[in-house]
Amino acid sequence: MSETTISKSEVAHVANLAKLAFDDTELVQFTTQLDNILNIFDTLGEVNTDGVAPTYSVTDNVNHLREDVADNWHQKQELLKNAPLEAADLIKVPAILDGEGE
Amino acid sequence: MATGNFETTIGLEVHVEMQTNSKLMSPSPVHYGDKPNENTNVIDFGYPGVLPVANKGAIEFGMRAALALHATVSPFIRWDRKNYFYPDNPKAYQTTQSQTPLGTNGYLDVTLTDGTVKRVRIKEMHVEEDAGKNTHGADGYSYVDLNRQGTPLIEIVSEPDIASPEEAYAYLEQLRQAILFTGISEAKMQEGQMRADVNISIRPFGSSEYGTKVEMKNINSFNYVRNALIFEEKRQAEVLRSGGVIQQETRRYNEPTKSTILMRVKEGADDYRYFPEPDLAPITIDDAWIQKVADELPKSAGDRQRDYVSDLGIEAYDAEVLTQTLAMSDFYDATVTAGADAKRAANYLIGDVNAFMNKHQIELQDTQLTPVHLAGMIKLIEAGTISTKQAKQVFEAIMAGEEPESFAKKNGLVQISDPAILLGWITEVLDNNPQSIEDFKGGKDRATGYLIGQLMKMSKGQANPGVMNNMLLEELAKR
Repeated sequence: MSETTISKSEVAHVANLAKLAFDDTELVQFTTQLDNILNIFDTLGEVNTDGVAPTYSVTDNVNHLREDVADNWHQKQELLKNAPLEAADLIKVPAILDGEGE
Repeated sequence: MATGNFETTIGLEVHVEMQTNSKLMSPSPVHYGDKPNENTNVIDFGYPGVLPVANKGAIEFGMRAALALHATVSPFIRWDRKNYFYPDNPKAYQTTQSQTPLGTNGYLDVTLTDGTVKRVRIKEMHVEEDAGKNTHGADGYSYVDLNRQGTPLIEIVSEPDIASPEEAYAYLEQLRQAILFTGISEAKMQEGQMRADVNISIRPFGSSEYGTKVEMKNINSFNYVRNALIFEEKRQAEVLRSGGVIQQETRRYNEPTKSTILMRVKEGADDYRYFPEPDLAPITIDDAWIQKVADELPKSAGDRQRDYVSDLGIEAYDAEVLTQTLAMSDFYDATVTAGADAKRAANYLIGDVNAFMNKHQIELQDTQLTPVHLAGMIKLIEAGTISTKQAKQVFEAIMAGEEPESFAKKNGLVQISDPAILLGWITEVLDNNPQSIEDFKGGKDRATGYLIGQLMKMSKGQANPGVMNNMLLEELAKR
C-alpha cells in the first residue's frame, strides 16, 4: 500500500483558501505534521471495502427533520460577548475587500 | 443576439430567499428588518458541537419551486459542505447539495417582447443556506449581522440557453412571477430576496465551442443584470475584434457608469473542497410526499389568467394585471368567492385599489381592505342599495377598515328604490310645480331635469335615479 503524502504546495494552497499566512518554516512544519496525520489515515486503507456502498452518515437516520416553527433562543448578547469585537450589536472584523463570499 | 459577428451565451444562477418561519438548520426566526443579530443562536454562529436539524418546511418550499419549474424532484438528498472563509458565514461552510440537487431538468417558458416563447432549461435546483450581511466600514473594519445567516434559499441554475440581455431580463421577470405564485417568497428585490449570479460569453457565429465565461455575482436588480450584460457583450466583442483574449474573471457591475469592473482573474476552478455533511441525516422523498406538496401548490399565474378569461369573462389584459402578484390574485379570488360580481371586482382592484396602493406606497396585504368588505360594497352597488357615486365614500371607508353596509347606513348613504316612497315624493313635487307639467307637455324636455333636481333635493340625494326617472315619466304621462 502506497503512503498518502501531501506536498508543501498543497498545504500552501489550502492555507490560502483558509486565509492563513504561513512563513516557510511553518509551511514545512505543517506539511510534515499533516503528512503524519494522513499516514495514520492510511490504516483505513487496510480494510477491504470491495462491494461496500459509500457511507455518508454514521447513523441510519433518514428524514430526521424539524417542523418549520420559529423559536428564538435569545442568545444574542452571550454570542456577541464571544465575538472578537462588537459594535452596535454587530460583529466587528477586519475588512476583507479583495474577495467576496462564496 | 448578434453583436457584430458574435453570438452571446448567458447562464443565470438565481437565489431566492424562502419565507419559512425558521431557518434552514436552526429554529431562529426568518425575519427581515430586525435589530442586528437578533435572530441568531449558537447554530447560526457555527459553534462547535451544535447538532443542526434540517427544516422540513424549507424542503417542502424547495419542492414547490421544483414542481412549479417542471423539475424532477430528487428521491434522495444528502447535504454537502461547501467550504469558504468569509466573515458573513462563521461556520466557514455553506450547507447545500452538490451531488444530489433537490430538483433537476426543469424549464421555464419565457414570453419574449416579440411574443415568441422561448424555453429556458433549468439544470438544477438546490436548497441551501443564505449568508449573513457584511457592511464595510470606512475604518478598516467590516460589520457583520448574522440575522440572514441560515435563511433557506432556493438556487435555480439555468442552462446557458439565454441569448441576449433582453432575454435574461424576461427570464428573470417571469421566473420571479413563477416563484411568487408558489407562495414560498415575495421575492422583494429591494430586500435582496432575489439575487442573480450571471455568466456570459460570446463566440463567433458557427463556432462549436463556447467562449470564455465572465462571471458577475449577487446582482439584486433585473435592470442591473440587463445593463451589466449589455456592457459585457460590447466589451468582450471589442476585446476579440482587437485580437485579444477574454480572461476567465469575476467582474462587478457599477451602476453609476453602467459598466462592469474587474474584481479578480480566476485561475482554475473555484476550490470549495465539498464534502458530505456528517451532522445531517439524508432525506428520502417518495411520491406520496411529492403529491402532498403538489396539492398544496397554489395555481400558477398562467392558469389563473386562463380561468379568469374563460370562467369569469375577464378581459385578457385585466387578467394579466390581476395576476401580477399572488397577493392580488388571491385577494381577487376571495372577493369573487365572497359574492362580488367578477367584472366589478376586477375593475375596483385594478383601478381604485391599485391607485390607493400607489398613492400610499403600500402592498395590498398592508392595507386594511378585506375581500369580504370589497365584495360587500360591490353587492350594495349591484343591488342598487347605493349608487356608484355613493360608493366613492364607501370605498374610502372600506380602505380604512370599515364594514361597508353599516358605514352606508350610518352615513345615510342608502339609495331609495322603494316605489311607494318615490311615488310620494313625485306626487308632491308634481303638485307643487304645475308649470313644469305644462312645459313637459309643450315638449320642453328640460322640464324633467328640473323636476329630477327637485326630487333629488327632497330625497337628500338618496333616490335611485334610474327607478325614479322611469316613475316620473309614468306619472307625468298620467297628468
